[in-house]
Amino acid sequence: MTESFQTPSATSIAAGVRDGSQSAADVIDAAIGAVEAREGELNAYNLVLADDARTAAAAIDQKIAAGETVGPLAGVPVAIKDNMCTTGVATTCSSKILEGWVPPYSATVVERLAAAGAVMVGKTNLDEFAMGSSTENSAFGPSKNPHDITKVPGGSSGGSAATVGAGAVPVSLGSDTGGSIRQPASLCGVVGVKPTYGMVSRYGLIAFASSLDQIGPFTTTVADAALVLEVIGGHDPRDSTSIPEPMPNLTEALGKGVDGLRIGIISELSGDPSLGSVEGIAPDVAARAAAAAAALEAAGASIEHVSIPSSVHGLPAYYLIAPAEASSNLARYDGVRYGLRSDGPNALAMNAASRTEGFGEEVKRRIMLGTYALTSGYYDAYYGQAQKVRTLMIDEFNAHYQNFDLLLSPTSPTTAFELDAKTADPMTMYVNDVCTIPSNLTGQPAMSVPFGVGDDGMPVGVQVLAPMMGEATMFRAAAVLEEAARV
Amino acid sequence: MPDMSESESSAAPSGALSRDDVAHVAKLALLDLSDAEIDRFTGQLGAVLESAAKLAALDLGDLAPTHHPFGLTNVTRPDEIVPSLDRDIVLAQAPDIEDNRFKTPPALGEDS
Repeated sequence: MTESFQTPSATSIAAGVRDGSQSAADVIDAAIGAVEAREGELNAYNLVLADDARTAAAAIDQKIAAGETVGPLAGVPVAIKDNMCTTGVATTCSSKILEGWVPPYSATVVERLAAAGAVMVGKTNLDEFAMGSSTENSAFGPSKNPHDITKVPGGSSGGSAATVGAGAVPVSLGSDTGGSIRQPASLCGVVGVKPTYGMVSRYGLIAFASSLDQIGPFTTTVADAALVLEVIGGHDPRDSTSIPEPMPNLTEALGKGVDGLRIGIISELSGDPSLGSVEGIAPDVAARAAAAAAALEAAGASIEHVSIPSSVHGLPAYYLIAPAEASSNLARYDGVRYGLRSDGPNALAMNAASRTEGFGEEVKRRIMLGTYALTSGYYDAYYGQAQKVRTLMIDEFNAHYQNFDLLLSPTSPTTAFELDAKTADPMTMYVNDVCTIPSNLTGQPAMSVPFGVGDDGMPVGVQVLAPMMGEATMFRAAAVLEEAARV
Repeated sequence: MPDMSESESSAAPSGALSRDDVAHVAKLALLDLSDAEIDRFTGQLGAVLESAAKLAALDLGDLAPTHHPFGLTNVTRPDEIVPSLDRDIVLAQAPDIEDNRFKTPPALGEDS
């Protein structure tokens, strides 16, 4: 039988380390032990940094012994999705094309976590270049769901979700372009946040679709998610899309409840055909979302169904916009300045040979799709139209946020599915993102909160959606749901 | 090689994607696809485009396209000199260098 772990929360670890009741060294030893005990079956990590983590922990303990100030995440073990740059530590995007590449700089989020006293224990596995919903597209093999290793952890941030879901570490970072934090959070039974676009710096996040990508935390508690987001969020002059405003206080909002809040259940994502829902949302998942709505109502929120017709256009619009941006962003991998180089008789042949050998099938598929969507003659019909749909969605969501403080839906249409169940048909896999994609296209924040289990006993997450910079209100509802899920 | 007309007729009219289209796009994207991959991608990409074709049917009037959800434009940093990455560290990541420059096979020659 598998050994099981239940990490303390980041909040309690940092409190203990700061007041001297436990050492960072002990915390990190325990985390590394748990990570290594489960790694053989989970494959959550591309790289475990046991020695570096122990060195960093010792440095924190020394600071405390010397009476120096340590940050709000002192001694907290964190895992970083392997598409965020870490100085001197290999960063692969789970792609052969970057295997062995060592970034000369760190992502802003990595620097901010370290400055807050967090200790990086490893780089986590992902779908290659964050393209996928199951982590099966990794060049280094799939990660597994910690609650049932015959099932996927979701994706693309599957390794980050799996290691927190396994209780090995309390915090990890993921990136969310179409649901890549929220969907795996839902499947692994953890909290996952996609912040407002521009709240968290993308500096050092290897780009997939730049107008959609956003970094956010996985945690075991809602309070930890608020704490981590406060640490990593806020303006960064090194990211031109960073919002030049102060970071809202999220931890203060946690205890405020939802009394008087107006919350809308998105009819199109409700799973109820009589309300015009898209197909494919499993009844057990829909039932958990309905139970979440009831819990919020019991806590004083008013609940209503709301029809947002454009939400169903999210999926097709996303699968034009994201590949188009990816085809452009991934043009940089050409075997010249870094990464894999394959032989070719001239420069162009070398470029093509390197890309052909270095990229996996899903990445090639999306580059092809994006290149086609941007081709002269099709640009207006595909990419241009999708960008207009984006405006339509923003206008519709904003109009509803005049009448509602928050919106609610399932996070993922189903619980975790079997490995290999959806790899044969890309469209089947893409449909996993139907509930999460709208927030990426609108730029608005959304988070997944664990809310019980499905008929198969696997975790189900409920998605709370908020208007731009509406995180504080979003966390109020998340805290209420967390409390309600406990009873 | 499959019959070209068959693969064309299997896609929806509005999202029709031919094997030739896929081969052309692969060339633009600098990917050397095998015949089997071209076959597979023709069907798979066609299915995605078929779904995307539903968007083409929407009458969006004069809605402006959204390129960026926050609408920030012309963001510039102060014009101050700051240290950049060390040249040796950057070059150390390159597959091949010569005289502090990136080195590639010749741009011309051998069927370029």
